Amino acid sequence: MTAAPARAPQLDPAGGAPKPRRKVALLPTTALVLGALYCVVPTLWILIAATKSRTKLFSTATYVPSLDLGIWHNIKDLTDYQDGIFWRWMLNSFFYAAVGGLLASFVSAATGYALAKYAFRGRTALFNTILAGVLLPQIVLAVPQYLLLSKVGMTDSLIGVLLPQLFNPYGIYLCRIYAASAVPDSLLEAGRIDGAGEARLFFSVGLRLMGPGLVTVFLLQFIAIWNNFLLPYVMLTSDDKFPLTVGLYSLLRHGADEASLYSLVVTGTLLSVVPVIALFLSLQRFWRIDLVTGALK
Amino acid sequence: MARRRTAARGTGGFPYLLVLPAVLLFAAFVVAPGVYALLLSFQRRKVNGGLLGGGTHTVWAGLANYRDVLGDSDLWSGVGRMLVLGAITVPGTVFFALLFAVLLDMERTRLKRVTRLTIFLPYAVPGVIASLMWGFLYLPATSPIGGDRVDFFGSTAVFFSVANVAVWGAVGFNMIVIYTALRALPAELYESARLDGATEWQIVLRIKVPLVMPAVVMCCLFTVLAALQVFNEPNTLKPLSNAVTSTWVPLMKIYDDAFGNSDIHTAAATSVVLTVAALAVSFVTARVIQSRVQQEAK
Repeated sequence: MTAAPARAPQLDPAGGAPKPRRKVALLPTTALVLGALYCVVPTLWILIAATKSRTKLFSTATYVPSLDLGIWHNIKDLTDYQDGIFWRWMLNSFFYAAVGGLLASFVSAATGYALAKYAFRGRTALFNTILAGVLLPQIVLAVPQYLLLSKVGMTDSLIGVLLPQLFNPYGIYLCRIYAASAVPDSLLEAGRIDGAGEARLFFSVGLRLMGPGLVTVFLLQFIAIWNNFLLPYVMLTSDDKFPLTVGLYSLLRHGADEASLYSLVVTGTLLSVVPVIALFLSLQRFWRIDLVTGALK
Repeated sequence: MARRRTAARGTGGFPYLLVLPAVLLFAAFVVAPGVYALLLSFQRRKVNGGLLGGGTHTVWAGLANYRDVLGDSDLWSGVGRMLVLGAITVPGTVFFALLFAVLLDMERTRLKRVTRLTIFLPYAVPGVIASLMWGFLYLPATSPIGGDRVDFFGSTAVFFSVANVAVWGAVGFNMIVIYTALRALPAELYESARLDGATEWQIVLRIKVPLVMPAVVMCCLFTVLAALQVFNEPNTLKPLSNAVTSTWVPLMKIYDDAFGNSDIHTAAATSVVLTVAALAVSFVTARVIQSRVQQEAK
């Protein structure tokens, strides 16, 4: 009863494998595979549906793909729709997410660095405000933000969508923790003795050492802006400024009157999922999600 | 302390310069909209009477808007639906995130890389797009999962259909948060338990789960916050089904007031009520789970 039965390399059923192999835990593996299937099914279905022409979408067996190259017709139809406005939405989404993500990370880095590395009047009050900001459901603010910006005539502009998303309390919170642990005080002291100015220390020492943490803050904010719907939805009225989420939603709403638009919605959904998944997979190794939880220690 | 002092001296206004952008953004896009909404919520439009003809002017309304908002049964049924959805999404998301994280952390589990990645990917799919995809899966005419036999938009089923989209999008991110916390635990922790003959599941329940509680707490907070602002999923499913009305959840009601009825004063009052309530709930949630974790740690 002492040795665990799993440790029996000599009886390895695979046979011939030189290194000891442990038995596969069947139940946990199966559960994970089921979870993965659940996560991938909607994307697979949309892939199949996008291969079907307008008429077949509602008439053929749903999980059998159409092999008559319907997908190319669908992509062409989508590209022709209002002079290719769909691709415009795609570009807009990337623009909002990339520019907003970059600026928000910079603002977060500067604030987090100041909170961690300087003693200044109002620091505690500022930090407590930011902690409260983390608990504030930001999306609820979208309508008040719209009301205010419409008063000053800033709605239906790129800026009206970008600016409200630059203040990211959670990003500031993470940056503060990251600056505290990654930027040693002694290094800053040494720099000061060498006569480096505070600004130079921030740009050449602080930002550089905070690099890996900043990538995570950037990616979190990129996805948050990419996924945001309510803010651009209330702010924007001209469809050439829409991000993908608002654009596809408006297509769907028109589709309620004109069923032929459904196949455009399906194709557009597929095309909108593909690039972000590709981007995600390629940026995978830069993710440091331990920073999201590292904050708790 | 002495070092702090020296660090602060001679830095001039630089720290203030660093925090300036965040303070300005906070003032302009959190405080100012809040104050403006508060202001609007105490006003109301009045139709000009008499011979001067049409047109409206703004008058002070005191607390009348709040009385109307709090007496509006549409808002309360929206709050009720939000609570039902939250009662499904919060435990659902956290439970499956914890379960998958624990399974990934087991030594003899296979296919870890590919399953971890696949479960994480929905995080990068916007709620609107996710709702579109699931919407077509639910829709009788296109459903591959039996939508022609089961009514996914039935009066009870619709809650699960909406909640399912939210859980689908959130499980992966929370799973990674908990999984990362699990990976950070030193392996020696389990050695003595194994020598004592503890099973893998006993180690999970008695050692791993209690130790990653802070990460689980964080996931609870994330999902509670998301549940309070639910909008994208029901709003996107609305064109596909009559089961979802235009005031189905509180945020949809605010949107409907502001843009459907062009009544910005009611929308502002509802926004104030919802923001305060949501802030209170998230504060209390943060407090309660934090104190519970501290108690368990003792």
